[in-house]
Amino acid sequence: MKNIWLICRKDLTSYFTTWIAYSLLTRTAIVLGFFFYSAVAIFVTRSMQASMMGGGMPMDVNEWVIRPLLMNLAVISLFLIPLIGMRLFAEEKNSGTIELLLTSPARDIEIVLGKWLGGLLFYCCFLAIAALSLGFLFFYGKPDLQPVLLGFLGLLLQGGALIALCTFLSSLTRNQIIAADAGFTVCLLLWVLDWVSAYETAAWAKVLSYISLSSHFEQFVKGVADSRDVVYYLGMIFLWLFLTTRTLESVRWRS
Amino acid sequence: MIKVEGLTKRYGRTTAVDNISFTVEKGQIVGFLGPNGAGKTTTMRVLTCFLPPTSGRVSVAGFDVLDEPLEVKKRVGYLPESPPLYPEMRVSDYLTFVARLKGVPKDEVPRRLMEACEKCAIANVRDRIIGQLSKGYRQRVGLAQAVIHNPDVLILDEPTTGLDPKQIIETRQLVRNLAGDHTVIMSTHILPAVEQTCQQVIVIDKGKVVANDSVLNLTRRARGVEAVAVEVASRDGALDPAVVQRRIEQVPGVSRVQLMDSDGNLCRLEVEGLAGRLIGDDVARAVLDAGWRLQELRPVSLSLEQMFLELTAATQEAATEAAAK
Repeated sequence: MKNIWLICRKDLTSYFTTWIAYSLLTRTAIVLGFFFYSAVAIFVTRSMQASMMGGGMPMDVNEWVIRPLLMNLAVISLFLIPLIGMRLFAEEKNSGTIELLLTSPARDIEIVLGKWLGGLLFYCCFLAIAALSLGFLFFYGKPDLQPVLLGFLGLLLQGGALIALCTFLSSLTRNQIIAADAGFTVCLLLWVLDWVSAYETAAWAKVLSYISLSSHFEQFVKGVADSRDVVYYLGMIFLWLFLTTRTLESVRWRS
Repeated sequence: MIKVEGLTKRYGRTTAVDNISFTVEKGQIVGFLGPNGAGKTTTMRVLTCFLPPTSGRVSVAGFDVLDEPLEVKKRVGYLPESPPLYPEMRVSDYLTFVARLKGVPKDEVPRRLMEACEKCAIANVRDRIIGQLSKGYRQRVGLAQAVIHNPDVLILDEPTTGLDPKQIIETRQLVRNLAGDHTVIMSTHILPAVEQTCQQVIVIDKGKVVANDSVLNLTRRARGVEAVAVEVASRDGALDPAVVQRRIEQVPGVSRVQLMDSDGNLCRLEVEGLAGRLIGDDVARAVLDAGWRLQELRPVSLSLEQMFLELTAATQEAATEAAAK
């Protein structure tokens, strides 16, 4: 337990001391800010138009601003997470510090969990920035809180799953660029995989659609997620972290 | 303290370490010698539980590396060939991280940190960022990392590479100071370092142990016969080196005389005796009886360097012979 926290804290601080954190967070904050401003601006213009035409029902902030924003956040994180995850093992392997970790009295699983948790906590910084923008909506209006919380839970679970995936990819190579590149590819594919359900109804299409991230994440955004979706994410986390541990073991046997 | 029995390590088809056995007693400094690719690093990685052995039994501090790796890792300090440093961390933060990872209790960390910094002479760079340190300092931070949890066994892979002569001497001094409390295994190419720091030398070549003995015995054994260097001068006028050589060859017990150098009235020779014969006195008497002056007479001991070359050449010959058959 102590080792997990030690490694997690080391990796989390190194995001900040190497300035990766500031670079990534600034970039995402700019993109996020633009998305947020646009979504709100569109909402304001539309609702002005609607009230001028004397339309009855006021427009719903949750439906018009928060839901698309949450989807945007999920997509932004597809581009962010490979950059968070790429260094976790590849850097240690390249610089040789992996020898320090693997010759320390820490179990492989503790090392893997520590690194994953470090990446996840950094991802939470990104979520905090996102929460800050959404906070403005609550400051000036009265949106429904529950779908927002559920959306963030979805983002957290999806982040955990993708960071576990990128941790695994990072453990396969000593080259960070390869790790990031593979991460982008797999994250993007996982996101769009359920497109097949639009043109195919065979069993394999259903499987692909189940594997896809977006089909589960949408449930959270819509506020109708249930335990099956949670199980999906937890299963992903378990699978990738398990595979990472095995890879680490095989590094010992092969290298 | 360290017991290796029949250790073999294969990577795919290549055999890096081939059925080697040795033991190291507590408190010893052992030099691990061998040409590049001999299997030194592989052996050390097995001892530190970084790599599992393909076959054979290896135990460190009484624990088997396969059955109880965590217990072994707690008791071993390891400095790999390139020190495992995080360039973005401060020295003190790094050492604290390693200390905690190696199982030093939290309230003991500051004391251990201070001790390690003092031992390795890095107290003045404690608050510097590792990436900005010179190579010598980085190497010493690597060493501090290996000793911070006060391990029973220290394994140092080429601890002096890339250091300047002054730093090499300091590092050697440091390793000597560490012995006693710690059992030290260090691999190196630099033979004087072994001669001056180690009590026991294990020479490996092509994955096999070719010698395992004390430094003294090794240099003695490598030749097996007494040899002396003699410098003879004439009392007046020129000296014919051929005459001197012939005269000394007649001394009983002398097997070979080699003329090394001659210059007018002076000549230097190397004289080898038959096995088990001490020839120094007789050679001296012969020179004086002939009316020459004996300028110098000293025993020639084979340097570790020559011994190393001889030992590794011998395995090469054996290998070519075996291949010829």
